[in-house]
Amino acid sequence: FSQVIQKDGLRSLPLSGHVGFDTLPDQLVNKSIKQGFCFNILCIGETGSGKSTLINSLFNTSFDDSMSTHFHPNVRLKAQRYELHESNVRLKLTVVSTVGFGDQINKEDSYQPIVDYIDAQFEAYLQEELKIKRSIFNYHDTRIHVCLYIISPTGHSLKTLDLLTMKSLDSKVNIIPLIGKADSISKTELQQFKRKLISELVSSGIHIYQFPTDDEVVSQINTIMNGHLPFAVVGSTEVVKIGNKMVKARQYPWGVVQVENENHCDFVKLREMLICTNMEDLIEQTHTRHYELYRRCRLQEMGFRDTDSENKPVSLQEAYEAKRRKFYLELQRREEETRQKFVQRVKEKEAVLKEAEQRIQAKFEHLMLMHQEEKQKLEKKRKALEEEIALFNMKKANAELLQTQPMVSTPVSLKRDKDRKK
Amino acid sequence: MEAAAVPQELPPDCGVHELFGYVGIEAVLEQMKVKTMKMGFEFNIMVVGQSGLGKSTMVNTLFKSKVSRKASQPGQEERIPKTVQLQSVTHVIEEKGVKMKLTVTDTPGFGDQINNENCWDPIIKYINEQYERYLREEILITRKRKIPDSRVHGCVYFIPPTGHWLRPLDLEFMRRLSKIVNVVPVIAKADTLTLEEREEFKQRIQRDLKAHAISVYPQEDFDEDPDDRLLNDRIREKIPFAVVGADQEHQVNGKRVLGRKTKWGIIEVENPAHCEFPMLRDLLIRSHLQDLKDITHNVHYESYRVRRLNESNRPALSSNNGLPGRDEDGDESNL
Repeated sequence: FSQVIQKDGLRSLPLSGHVGFDTLPDQLVNKSIKQGFCFNILCIGETGSGKSTLINSLFNTSFDDSMSTHFHPNVRLKAQRYELHESNVRLKLTVVSTVGFGDQINKEDSYQPIVDYIDAQFEAYLQEELKIKRSIFNYHDTRIHVCLYIISPTGHSLKTLDLLTMKSLDSKVNIIPLIGKADSISKTELQQFKRKLISELVSSGIHIYQFPTDDEVVSQINTIMNGHLPFAVVGSTEVVKIGNKMVKARQYPWGVVQVENENHCDFVKLREMLICTNMEDLIEQTHTRHYELYRRCRLQEMGFRDTDSENKPVSLQEAYEAKRRKFYLELQRREEETRQKFVQRVKEKEAVLKEAEQRIQAKFEHLMLMHQEEKQKLEKKRKALEEEIALFNMKKANAELLQTQPMVSTPVSLKRDKDRKK
Repeated sequence: MEAAAVPQELPPDCGVHELFGYVGIEAVLEQMKVKTMKMGFEFNIMVVGQSGLGKSTMVNTLFKSKVSRKASQPGQEERIPKTVQLQSVTHVIEEKGVKMKLTVTDTPGFGDQINNENCWDPIIKYINEQYERYLREEILITRKRKIPDSRVHGCVYFIPPTGHWLRPLDLEFMRRLSKIVNVVPVIAKADTLTLEEREEFKQRIQRDLKAHAISVYPQEDFDEDPDDRLLNDRIREKIPFAVVGADQEHQVNGKRVLGRKTKWGIIEVENPAHCEFPMLRDLLIRSHLQDLKDITHNVHYESYRVRRLNESNRPALSSNNGLPGRDEDGDESNL
């Protein structure tokens, strides 16, 4: 036998029999089946652009039926988690939708919550990865794998909000632009609209997700699909009877728009591309491109370097040590600060309380004084009253005495005496 | 600086939904298979044992091609080296479209000296070096798309067929190494033991291992679910496998089989009645290869990482003398 030397210097050996490692991909797949898959979709679109209906149609379920109001003060994100089963595949699906996007009068801050959310998921993963004791293999991945951006079917061009939002997101997530509620555009208008959108995206330098064309198995179909972007989609959860089949469709007086009819809209293409053909690639791109970019920027922000000023590779230990020391010092400083503040507050409070105490004391004394005065007054009054009573009693006694005396004088003179005595 | 706007409403699982029609989620399995086949696999195996136990032959038989170091350096005189050396040979083998980069690390000189104290040190050093290499790649700011994996995924330890008990060297080695790598013990040259002797030997070895708390692959702690446990229990009953290696083919009953020809018969390597080589091969390659890699990555590598990153803990908190200041920035980040 001969040994072929491959271009990377490794020898390639022929096998003389069946070894059995061709089961490796299956082993890997079985492991994944056991663990389950995680897929996170972010759906951005103005209120009423058809996000919920689209998701429901894509995954053939009815997730959330309530319609959203237009009066949210700012843009929020709503996340919902589901677990879908199909044959033996378990998919943990998370759908994050924007609430109130495009509704505000001032839309300057509209895209910031979205960017923050995506960054927060990357940050959570990075923190887990940087931990010393970590469990990254059963970490529930919450990073957004694909962003479905729904463009309103105006037929003209991209709105400024769309441009701004997509520009701030294109380096963080895979963006697939869609035209929502596409049944309001006619076929010719649609072609023009798509061309206009693509040229606008290109001229603004926005990178949308391109389906991968390097693998022969899928490259042909992916190239074709790349040409159909943005997909014009129609969603529906209602079924209509066409012929003798029940299909998802929207019924109008002038006809029926079938969701799964390729002549009517690109819904089937979206489902094909998103789920059947490229789900794995989306997950991989998120991890190897977007996450790595985030990680690199973040680590550089934190002060880590791969090579120090003399261009020698930085020892991992030293970098960590230096960081740890810095962190520890910072911690100490903050602790000291907090302690100082605390002491200060306590002092202030004490002063306030003391002052209050004094005031109360003064009031107390004042009250006591008043109480004393009152008491004295009352005492005097009582005495006066007693004297009066004594006087009155005396008078009474005298009067009684006079009454018992023999009646010599006329009653008038008695009366006069009585009067005199009074 | 932490991003503040995390939506607070992440409710727990909204429940399992049944799909009302075909969505196509299971296509992701196919996508995954295609992707991994394109990327190829890496597998690194180490064989340890005294010279003359048939390690190189075994490895050749396992991978049905001449992957051992002896075969790649033909014509060299076989001398017992003075110290334990480690020699790695890498080949690329392909089967049905699946490419595998196989690295076999041999350890000539192990256990061959008069004084074998610490003969496991070079091996432990080598294994840790591979972990270190991976760690450094993983820690980089700009990392490679696919980090080259040279970590040892499985270490096959050859036990000489004495038929008695494990020797102190065997115990020491397996005890130390089972903590940092997956150890698969095998009884070498098992054609010198009868079936009863083989059974007794195995029982004694199992008892020895249990008595010394040595956990060999498949480790009990890592059984994920009852199915796994059942499967692995069956394997654990048979550990260590009694193997015979052969690289020559002979004619038996009109078929060509791999075997050793002796005056009293032909020992067929792939016949489960003769030796347990098929079981070893199935374990290592056909069913548990990915599992070996996963345990190496998720358990052994992680514990190495923890140890390594904790190492600098002690000096950092006590002293304030500066290392050459590298942090020119003034951020307040929390590690």
